[in-house]
Amino acid sequence: MTCNYSDLVREDRVHTSLYTDPEIFEDEIDRIFNQTWVWVAHDSEIPDKNDWLTTHVGRQPVIVNRDKDGTVRVMLNRCRHRGATVCEAKKGNSPGFVCPYHAWTYGVDGSLKGLPLPKGYKDFDKSEFGLVNLRVESYRGLIFATFNEDAPPLEDFLGRARPWIDLFLKQGGGYPVKLMGEHKFTFPGNWKIQLENTTDAYHFPIVHKSFLSSLDGDTSELFSFMDAGGYVEDLGNGHSVMVMIPELVDLEDNLDAPIPERFAELADDLRQDHSEDEVRRIVRAVTGSGFNVNLFPNLACSMAFFRVLRPLSVDETEIRHIAIGMDGGPPAANRMRLRLHEHFQGPMGFGTTDDAEAWERVQRGSQAGEDRVWIMLNRGEDKTESNAGDVTSETGMRAAYQMWKRMMTA
Amino acid sequence: MTTLAADHDLARAAEFIALEADVLDQRDYATWLALWVPEGKYVVPIDPDENDFEDTLNYAYDNAAMRDMRVRRLTSGESMSAAHAARTLRNVSRFRLLDPDGAGNLRLRNAQHLIEYKFGRHREYAANVEWVLRPDNGGFRIVRKVVRLLNGGDALAGITFLL
Repeated sequence: MTCNYSDLVREDRVHTSLYTDPEIFEDEIDRIFNQTWVWVAHDSEIPDKNDWLTTHVGRQPVIVNRDKDGTVRVMLNRCRHRGATVCEAKKGNSPGFVCPYHAWTYGVDGSLKGLPLPKGYKDFDKSEFGLVNLRVESYRGLIFATFNEDAPPLEDFLGRARPWIDLFLKQGGGYPVKLMGEHKFTFPGNWKIQLENTTDAYHFPIVHKSFLSSLDGDTSELFSFMDAGGYVEDLGNGHSVMVMIPELVDLEDNLDAPIPERFAELADDLRQDHSEDEVRRIVRAVTGSGFNVNLFPNLACSMAFFRVLRPLSVDETEIRHIAIGMDGGPPAANRMRLRLHEHFQGPMGFGTTDDAEAWERVQRGSQAGEDRVWIMLNRGEDKTESNAGDVTSETGMRAAYQMWKRMMTA
Repeated sequence: MTTLAADHDLARAAEFIALEADVLDQRDYATWLALWVPEGKYVVPIDPDENDFEDTLNYAYDNAAMRDMRVRRLTSGESMSAAHAARTLRNVSRFRLLDPDGAGNLRLRNAQHLIEYKFGRHREYAANVEWVLRPDNGGFRIVRKVVRLLNGGDALAGITFLL
């Protein structure tokens, strides 16, 4: 590829070919998804020994599992013999993996344990034919993997996003967070259209007008965050945070405040089994955090859910909106979280359907005049020291594209 | 129940379900809302084998208030996806009575094959649909409708209509 990526990403705009050019997409897979830390799973999805799930790093199918010592591994889901996937189910529990084609058998660490009719091989060293392990590191239960042995430690890569992840996880309401299911959908558009959207408050009152209209008065007011003191901050390495509702940044603050009327029924229910302190903590956490943390390239901690994107092709992207609950927490609170998730998210949600329509329209419109008109990211000033700022600033997108440029030109 | 009575129930219920299908294809949402009992539940689970809807994530798990909001959203003109809503055509067939629920309601299952048309393309949604129907003034009202999409566990596209 001879493209000069420095020319395609400017401070305030990017070239439309970033959405439409299949060669650029191939380079993105090589230089971004096959190089950097990619989120693969949450601890709560594989809590017990021998638990496993299947997912992808970029376009490559992988298995994420936990061995008897608790070590989490991420391995290519590809038999070393002829390349068949060794797992096709979404998740399971087993003390190893058997390829269904010729029954090569692997341990939970990926080591090749055995194969039928071994006499047919000469000088065969099983230790050379284990499942390929990726490098794996975790932060607060978030499991990331990379093909790149030279990538910086995960904690360094997350850098200034870490305190925001810590804040986000307070929505466990005193319990660890667990994943409670997901809505998965595809849209016919480039992955970066979705990456931008997580840090785009500007669209919210327009695209999500029908969602806002469906809310009760108090909740509707909460989501009217255009002038509520929010801001967007570049956190480095392409990560950013968009604070929409400043009073919901730290869910352990203001626990003495009166419980809003719309949570009165939930609070009464919780009081049967919980102290008043616990009730306040749970109720305050039940609707999630007041911000989105956009982690480059594929994960967002987005108010009350995790958003995971997977690039399928230059104009096809898979999105997962994963519901978060309180692990061991009160069923009534988790039910409320499930119903709130269903309300906005998913292919039948009041929010996602309109987002998906907008993203598809971007991809369709981007077929027009790509050499003369660019994708604009010039809205608002970047936040620096103070919290004063504009929640509709396109700072987060600029941050992501600068990281994109850094990786694509490395 | 005699065979004759069962045949009669099945025929009437099938007629009612075909009516509901037509109402949704015509996007006559006000009529659709009136087909329900107030405590009715409209459910589209993710896992087609799921039965604990309350404690799992669904695509839709609507009580009367959510159904009202959903219809308002589809008809208000405020939603860009609904303003350019897909056209749908659904075939309902293979009706079968299930064991009655003991509360005087009929339980049925049928096949639904829905074709969506939007943006110059067709998409298909195949589902088993389970019904709890309450006899009402010679007709029925819906106590529960569960739409079990065959591919519910896969990545779907935006659905800008009611299943």
